[in-house]
Amino acid sequence: MRFMVIIKATPETEKAGALPDPQLLLEMGKYNEELMKAGVLLALDGLHPSSKGARVRFSGKTRTVIDGPFTEAKELIAGFTILQVKSLEEAIEWVKRAPNCSPTSEGEVEIRQIFEMEDFASVLTGEQIQHKVARRAELPNQTANK
Amino acid sequence: MHRTIEAVWRIESARVVARLTRLTRDFELAEDLAQEALLAALEQWPQSGVPDHPGAWLTATAKRRAIDLFRRNAVAARKHEELARELEALEQTSPDLDATLDETIGDDLLRLVFIACHPILPTESRAALTLRLLGGLTTDEIARAFLTPEPTIAQRIVRAKRTIADKHIPFEVPRGREFAARLSSVLEVIYLIFNEGYSATTGDDLMRPALCEDALRLGRILAELTPAEPEVHGLVALMEIQASRTRARITSTGEPVLLLDQNRTQWDQLLIHRGLTAIARAHNINSTRGPYLLQAEIAACHALARTPSETDWHRIVVLYTELAQAISSPVIELNRAVAVAMAHGPQAGLTLVDALAFEPSLARYHLLPSIRADLLYKLGRHPEARSEFERAAALTRNNRERGLLLARAAFCETGPSNSSGK
Repeated sequence: MRFMVIIKATPETEKAGALPDPQLLLEMGKYNEELMKAGVLLALDGLHPSSKGARVRFSGKTRTVIDGPFTEAKELIAGFTILQVKSLEEAIEWVKRAPNCSPTSEGEVEIRQIFEMEDFASVLTGEQIQHKVARRAELPNQTANK
Repeated sequence: MHRTIEAVWRIESARVVARLTRLTRDFELAEDLAQEALLAALEQWPQSGVPDHPGAWLTATAKRRAIDLFRRNAVAARKHEELARELEALEQTSPDLDATLDETIGDDLLRLVFIACHPILPTESRAALTLRLLGGLTTDEIARAFLTPEPTIAQRIVRAKRTIADKHIPFEVPRGREFAARLSSVLEVIYLIFNEGYSATTGDDLMRPALCEDALRLGRILAELTPAEPEVHGLVALMEIQASRTRARITSTGEPVLLLDQNRTQWDQLLIHRGLTAIARAHNINSTRGPYLLQAEIAACHALARTPSETDWHRIVVLYTELAQAISSPVIELNRAVAVAMAHGPQAGLTLVDALAFEPSLARYHLLPSIRADLLYKLGRHPEARSEFERAAALTRNNRERGLLLARAAFCETGPSNSSGK
């Protein structure tokens, strides 16, 4: 199963032009290498501060664009990794081994499970399945290789 | 707590066993000691909590048991007395022992891989031992993965460990010409585990994704242990790209979907990207293309085509031809025939398939009649196609697949005959 590990933003990560401290980068690099060597790291990326981003607000048919930065740092994310592990417990164990990204303030990392195919099996009705089958038949070249 | 300990074990067990094998020079004993350390953790951690460095705790606990054991046996064996003293001395004089061991841990893990996949062991034992040692799976988990009773797996592992001890299999990375042969045994074991998950040969489920994930994890570990081996990256690439289709190759009711009928928007782009990266890593080492890399490149041809009609079948034929030269196998010839049919029309493919009709190793292989049926159908020879689909259905051991084949057999009679083209 896969988990997205969401690294929450802090005032430091939100600073314009902010780059992590070189020592921390080194430690993070070492940690990520451990994840890779253990075969559990699928992807990882860090995000620019929210000042370089935007939000699109949906309300009925209108779409409102709000430019960054956004103030509530705790609700923002600064980066993520995707781990493929055997259980939530294993994901937790790996996350606990990470270096502290925000030594000067409180940091938080959230672990969320990614939906897999089997998670959907129970929520699809027979009708939806039929619809999917029909849609699939509409795709080009479906008869070519029957 | 039990699940947490299980998780810690999965992360740490291979390193613990590798370290102990190095310290005791006895792989069988090292594995037993590691298991004892796990039992100790299961006893103590629920009260004491998980230690800050659980891996070091497990190694230290196992090491202490080794010392006790050697002391007890010292009367009988002078060698053990010496080992016990060495171990104690090491512990007292070099607090950095673990750090020293950490530096060589990669080598030790690789040695462990080569022991677990030693060709002296039966293939199924190699798979069980590899999952246990490198994948950190419990005997129970391995048993469930292979739908085999737990005592059978347990016995398989005990016997395998016994064989390794009896035959004095050294804890080392093979050198020279032996390396290539032994590495191919390792790759074979990992791919076998993957395939057992990807196209389950028995039972009701078409796939057991957990087993695919285990194999992928083993492959990714191996790729970091032997980064200069193109075939290792080839195998990883092949598994990543095949795994990328997991969501698309089965309907929500559990029926299989053929590659060309799959909804490509459901393919996992992250895994495809990882597969292509692994292929690039292999290409960067040198220009040799072994069987796994060739198969990965074939898989990549499909992954890169946005629709089936965009598939570069001519390139796939070239790759299959190269693959057939690398390893002569009727199954590969069969796949090449399919590619030829796609590139040059069903009749060209059928000619190649018919040449394999009396191949003894394919006599019980359901894909031979299944592919033949498909080509006959495309040529409009429906009655022949029907009997071939039925023959294929009688040969497969997977219940889901049998259902699909029988449905296609029935379709030969009732279905519209809009199938003259390729």
